[in-house]
Amino acid sequence: MDEKLKAELSKQGIFTTSLQELYNWGRKSSIWPLNFGLACCAIEMIATTMARYDLARFGAEVFRPSPRQADLMIVAGTVTKKMAPQVVRLYNQMPEPKYVISMGACAISGGPFKQGYNVLKGIDRFIPVDVYIPGCPPRPEALIDAFLMLQKKIDEQQLTGKDRPRHLTAGEASEFIVPLFGAHDLEPTQNPAVWRPPLVQISKAGTDGSGND
Amino acid sequence: MSVTAYPTTPPILEPAADGSETQLLEISMGPQHPSTHGVFRMNVVLDGERVVKLKPVFGYLHRNHEKIAENETYLGSMPYTDRLDYICSITNNWAYALAVEKLAGIQVPERAEYLRVITGELTRLQNHASLIGFLLQDMGSSGTPLMYAFRERENILDLFEALTGSRMMCNYMRFGGCRVDTPAGWLEQAQKVVTEFPRFLDEYENLLVGNEILMERTQGIGVLSPELAIDSAISGPMARASGVNYDIRKVDNYSIYSRFSFRVPLGSHGDVYDRYMIRFLEMRESVKILNEAMRDIPAGPIVDPKMRIRGFRPKPGEAYGRIESPKGELGFYLISDGSTNPYRYRVRPPSLINLTVLEDLCLGVNVADVVAILGSIDIVLGEVDR
Repeated sequence: MDEKLKAELSKQGIFTTSLQELYNWGRKSSIWPLNFGLACCAIEMIATTMARYDLARFGAEVFRPSPRQADLMIVAGTVTKKMAPQVVRLYNQMPEPKYVISMGACAISGGPFKQGYNVLKGIDRFIPVDVYIPGCPPRPEALIDAFLMLQKKIDEQQLTGKDRPRHLTAGEASEFIVPLFGAHDLEPTQNPAVWRPPLVQISKAGTDGSGND
Repeated sequence: MSVTAYPTTPPILEPAADGSETQLLEISMGPQHPSTHGVFRMNVVLDGERVVKLKPVFGYLHRNHEKIAENETYLGSMPYTDRLDYICSITNNWAYALAVEKLAGIQVPERAEYLRVITGELTRLQNHASLIGFLLQDMGSSGTPLMYAFRERENILDLFEALTGSRMMCNYMRFGGCRVDTPAGWLEQAQKVVTEFPRFLDEYENLLVGNEILMERTQGIGVLSPELAIDSAISGPMARASGVNYDIRKVDNYSIYSRFSFRVPLGSHGDVYDRYMIRFLEMRESVKILNEAMRDIPAGPIVDPKMRIRGFRPKPGEAYGRIESPKGELGFYLISDGSTNPYRYRVRPPSLINLTVLEDLCLGVNVADVVAILGSIDIVLGEVDR
């Protein structure tokens, strides 16, 4: 249906919509985040839900302690190697469709603790992330901005066609690999279906003609 | 991860008087749990509702703070100390600065000492305010008390933001002083917040202190005896709630605390209710200190003019600097080998050491009271696991 006819009908008091629009509108307007804080960013996440910043304005005030009732996981803080299996397990327990906001420098890349031996260098090595928020810790306004970004993303999702979300494809895995402690590190160190190390072109000195030996 | 087995506890209990057989139940509270204040896990063995064994499991937030600090310059560790106890970053900075100043023999100018006291006591106000909010949230009063507490906390965070540029990670102290002086009008704004703070305390006390449910849930629960508190090196409000008169602001007289008139509130029962009330009383004393400090603050430099941070190499030696942080005795122990990095860097975290008595407090109580006891200890996992 074209937009002009739709506008004309709405003037006559007839509301028309498509299933996709209705479905996306419903989902984006009542996101239930998982009540799950890891470190410093969790305090800012709590501050966002409090009276001054009031995340309830965007329909996301119902923080559920159980992953079975949550749509959104806000990874708020440093993910250590001891905690990473639990984070992936919680994500696996959430029902589809589910979204992830990676909040703060630590959840994105390890942040200031990246040089250490016990910090995961980004939760996106194990689970797919929808929105990243930089900052250490990000301000509550930044979390609200990420929320609006996520709502926009949900609103634009196609339910059919090749751009449809992963969970609508039959046979697509809904569980992600839960890493385990190995002899030296987590095994596997990343989930290749989600994240691959960036490729670096290595050439022998003097063979590629660039002059940069 | 499988729940650790307890070979010493028999899984089947003796048959009860009516002949019914009961079984011990092992549950894992955490690391994802709304009331464990972060990623803390307790393996609890229950006989019905009663706790018969409790084993804390740490390390879900171990960020190798001490190892990183040994590879950083002395100043380079200052931002990392913010992230230890992330609710009160300024007192962490202060304890670390104090340890380095002891190690290198640096003097702090008068105005900087006052600024440290003002920011440190503001930190205590916002820590205690959020603590009581979280404690009540854990006990099931969803929303309102925490919102009141965070309303006040935001006012104090506004002051920190105006002063240091950051709401939570202030990174404010430097060796021999503070990083920046107050912007124009900051002290007046701070005075306004401090003057209005007792009104919040009155409101909060009217709202909750005499509350029947609160008293039922907290009085006589999790009693810590003064002997056990001393033997297990408990410090801070938790020790004082048990009646141990130990406040490092009075004992050490560090900085300029000897100039202010304030009392050290003491509890008499050592239960959750005393630990909850002692925070209110401490906030009232902090308001007194703040009022006196803001009245007396002199003009002058905010950092020792002789201090040179470039190529800062303290002489070989060791030093232990400690302060009364909102959670207890926060100490930093440093060994210098004469290079730019500390040879050894050790944090004495108050919340980890206060947490060691958790099992003693929880044995025999109902499982619902475990969260109240844990909340009253006031832990922050960034500091417990480091």
